[in-house]
Amino acid sequence: MTEQPRPLIEITDLVKQYDVLPVLRKLNLTVHRGEFVALLGPNGSGKSTLLRLLCALTRPTSGEIRIGGWSLPKEINAVRAQIGLVSHKPLFYENLTATENLTFFGRLYNIPATELPDRIRQMLDEVGLIKRAHDLARTFSRGMQQRLSIARALLHQPDVLLFDEPYTGLDQLAGGILDDLLRKAHQSGRTIIMTTHQLERAEALVSRAVIIKKGVIGYDEPINPANPPNLVKIYTEVTGMVNAL
Amino acid sequence: MTTPLWRTVFSIIRKDLRAELRSRELVSTMVLFALLSVLVFSFALELDRTARQEVVNGILWVTLVFASILGLNRSLATERELGGMDAMMISPIPRMAIYLGKMVGNFLFVLVVGLVLLPIMTILYNMVLIQIPLIATLILGVFGLASIGTLLAAMTAQTRSRETLLPIAMLPVIIPLLLVVIAAASTVLKGDDAWNWIAVLGLVDAIYAALGLLLFEYVIED
Ligand SMILES: Nc1ncnc2c1ncn2[C@@H]1O[C@H](COP(=O)(O)OP(=O)(O)OP(=O)(O)O)[C@@H](O)[C@H]1O
Ligand SMILES: [Mg+2]
Repeated sequence: MTEQPRPLIEITDLVKQYDVLPVLRKLNLTVHRGEFVALLGPNGSGKSTLLRLLCALTRPTSGEIRIGGWSLPKEINAVRAQIGLVSHKPLFYENLTATENLTFFGRLYNIPATELPDRIRQMLDEVGLIKRAHDLARTFSRGMQQRLSIARALLHQPDVLLFDEPYTGLDQLAGGILDDLLRKAHQSGRTIIMTTHQLERAEALVSRAVIIKKGVIGYDEPINPANPPNLVKIYTEVTGMVNAL
Repeated sequence: MTTPLWRTVFSIIRKDLRAELRSRELVSTMVLFALLSVLVFSFALELDRTARQEVVNGILWVTLVFASILGLNRSLATERELGGMDAMMISPIPRMAIYLGKMVGNFLFVLVVGLVLLPIMTILYNMVLIQIPLIATLILGVFGLASIGTLLAAMTAQTRSRETLLPIAMLPVIIPLLLVVIAAASTVLKGDDAWNWIAVLGLVDAIYAALGLLLFEYVIED
């Protein structure tokens, strides 16, 4: 029997409570290196909260989170460089150009100055923003902002991608580009957790689907992209289309 | 794994200066407010020469304090609006670097306001304010405002009523600084040697900066 490698992400009995009602109630989840997980669930079910907990932007009320064996939030420093986040907020500055924004964040991630300009150009090219490289981010449309957010999240080539509704605002073309970027990241062994409400899209991309229901995992199954299950049907069954609010 | 402190601090300062040089959002608002404030004071107070000598420092520093509150609120608001602060928080940098970077930026912006005010108030109040000890007092006083102000602004930026909360949090905390600043500046205007007071001011700055460095990482955690 081969020994199962230790999971990259281990979440044990995670509770997160903002005001009175807990959002996550003793949630357990393990994710292995190289998995591409779709994190699904109705509005307000705690998907964004879970991703924010995973990059230590907010603290758990109780329970344990480990990434690569490091315990969060205490030892987050050891893994920060390995995490790339796309969040509901764009996470950049509107009075800087696309290139200036990426240069700033590239420096924070200690990307060597000799490499940085090329990497930025390549990244902007990949997300289709190269023509707007020197325009202020405040002049970007919603979808262009989202593209810049994605470029920012991928610039330091993180091992763990936490993508919160990355398709929001993207047009057909950009959606296709993101599909390719995510597929490439998955093929190169990156670990991805992505929330989305586009179930068909998730079906075609991910290796595992997880549905949050009432603060715990209500469904968790691997997905075979060659023969994907009907996620829309499963989702409806699991959530019962109840309103989480 | 963590990006070196000083590299990060310089990157943050550069980022803030670049954005400010482009938009002039912060400095222009603060300067405009400060000019109007000293103008209003000069109309509101009919002063003879001795009275003027007594209040001119008060006018300068009350104006600088409120201008700095405007600037600090704005400076932290730009970090919140599109999540720039979150982006810095998740990057592999020492938390202290965020404090130092924002603090130095705020210091420079408020200093600009002070340096604009000195010559203007010299003319408006017919008093020589451009003197080395007064400029030293200005620099150290503004440093104190920026160091404790950046900490408090980061703290109040987390709350719902942030814009209104900053003055309420900041005014009591800067009373020691103001007392020393006014003592130093008045001594200078009386023509006496003020370097002892300026040294005390340096000490107050050191305490504020130490508080900022120690507490910042706790106030930005949510
Ligand atoms: N900062 C906050 N303060 C208080 N409550 C919060 C905060 N952030 C989230 N919540 C609450 O936590 C719950 C989960 O929110 P979260 O944003 O994680 O949901 P979500 O699954 O990402 O939803 P969506 O699909 O709409 O993005 C909601 O009930 C929300 O009101
Ligand atoms: Mg969400």
